[in-house]
Amino acid sequence: MKNLDYQQIDPQALATPTPTPPPRPLPEHKPRRARRKWEVFPGKNRFCCDGRVIVARQCGVLPLTLGLIVLTSGLFFIFDCPFLVEHLTGCIPVIGGVLFVFVIISLLQTSFTDPGILPRATPEEAADIEKQIDNPTGSSSSYRPPPRTKEVVINQQVVKLKYCFTCKIFRPPRTSHCSLCDNCVERFDHHCPWVGNCVGKRNYRFFYTFIVSLSFLTAFIFGCVTTHLALRSQGGNGLVFALQASPASALELVVCFFSVWSILGLSGFHTYLVATNLTTNEDIKGSWSGKSGNEDVGNPYSYNSIIKNCCSVLCGPMPPSLIDRRGFVPSDDSVQTSPVEIDLPAAKNDTNMERDCLDFALSCAG
Amino acid sequence: MSKVKGSPGLCFVEDRRSNNRKRSSSAMAETHSLQDLRQAAVTSKVFVQRDYTSGTICKFQTKFPAELESRMDKQQFEETIQTLNNLYAEAEKLGGRSYLEGCLACLTAYTIFLCMETHYEKVLKKIAKYIQEQNEKIYAPLGLLLTDPIERGLRVVEITIFEDRSIGSR
Repeated sequence: MKNLDYQQIDPQALATPTPTPPPRPLPEHKPRRARRKWEVFPGKNRFCCDGRVIVARQCGVLPLTLGLIVLTSGLFFIFDCPFLVEHLTGCIPVIGGVLFVFVIISLLQTSFTDPGILPRATPEEAADIEKQIDNPTGSSSSYRPPPRTKEVVINQQVVKLKYCFTCKIFRPPRTSHCSLCDNCVERFDHHCPWVGNCVGKRNYRFFYTFIVSLSFLTAFIFGCVTTHLALRSQGGNGLVFALQASPASALELVVCFFSVWSILGLSGFHTYLVATNLTTNEDIKGSWSGKSGNEDVGNPYSYNSIIKNCCSVLCGPMPPSLIDRRGFVPSDDSVQTSPVEIDLPAAKNDTNMERDCLDFALSCAG
Repeated sequence: MSKVKGSPGLCFVEDRRSNNRKRSSSAMAETHSLQDLRQAAVTSKVFVQRDYTSGTICKFQTKFPAELESRMDKQQFEETIQTLNNLYAEAEKLGGRSYLEGCLACLTAYTIFLCMETHYEKVLKKIAKYIQEQNEKIYAPLGLLLTDPIERGLRVVEITIFEDRSIGSR
């Protein structure tokens, strides 16, 4: 560190001007490039565009999702639309286009938005929490103690807050730690491999828009392709002829047929979750369904009104990203915490100043 | 996607050489200013945790920490935290304005978030200014420093207690 370097140089010796100071490699004196916080982020995420874009490290099958959507829509616009425009109406490609744009934009936003990652505790914070939960009965700490929990009453319901050993915080209510991304995510819904990211507080609305618009798109394409094939096979030509005339439609039909059921089902499920202000995580675990036999259990976060629940989940204020990806890492932690600097009496202050001035002069010279 | 800036905490990135020069010239000040605090020693940090009794909204506990008893007035502390809580409640309020913003965003496929500053971000700026102001007027003269909770992921309000070296600062 810098102090060690100062001790090697005798200020008295350098007070006499020397023509050539000893050539020293001075890597420490070059101002270190300020690093952005995303570069030192501890979770398993990847960042692009200098921290503007965040993805989970395992992007899952996102390329497949994108590919399927683009391919199917592309085939639709190329092979089915001309026929349908000619025989039906010109609105079809317009509607298809709008839906396609909605789907792609919301997919990209779901994948590339911070889902609500909670930054890990600073060392001082972690120490403070450890102090509070340290067992006063003096259990020997050679083994990992049982999971620490804190109880809090929300809306007359007892909610247990668990301690996260990785992030060293007590998780806020509805927060869960995603093992794939190695982050605690607020209002954790699930980790979706199709979009390659967690779905949490900040990107749930994008995810919901994505699946709803995708279900409309697949249903629309399915309907249009069926109409197309039906029109072609009219006049005694038969379905086989129609399929031969437009083979791409067969592929679209297959993809859409299987997608429609699953995506419509998923949309329906998430509409139910939105209306009751639940997350997939809570629903799967049965946190509020009274499975534990306690009949008084109910969702403490629900507003008990479907409209208000929907509005709060989908149209509520957009919370900011807490991880500040593009902020700079504070370069000099020692400025705040080193006690060495201030306890010096006035005389030594001058020597330090002189040392610093000489050090600065050296760095300019060498 | 959003950029959140501005609090005294980030201002500690500074050249040590200029600190040294300032230190030798400013010597013993009777009351601390924010600049003097940068060179003082940190005795300890106090963390004011979140209060979850009202749900997941951002709210901090107003319980007065024991470590601050010798340094400041309980009333003042509670007032600061309460004001912060009110500001966060304003940011997260579900009302006509937030619904309008949400619906508009939905119609534009959320692309307006790329161009427009959200209501939450505007309130965060207000909060940053409030904390700066509180630090300058009230906390720095007592040898304390509030860190904007957004820098700690809205988990805690961190209060740094500096070594009290001035004579008659209270």
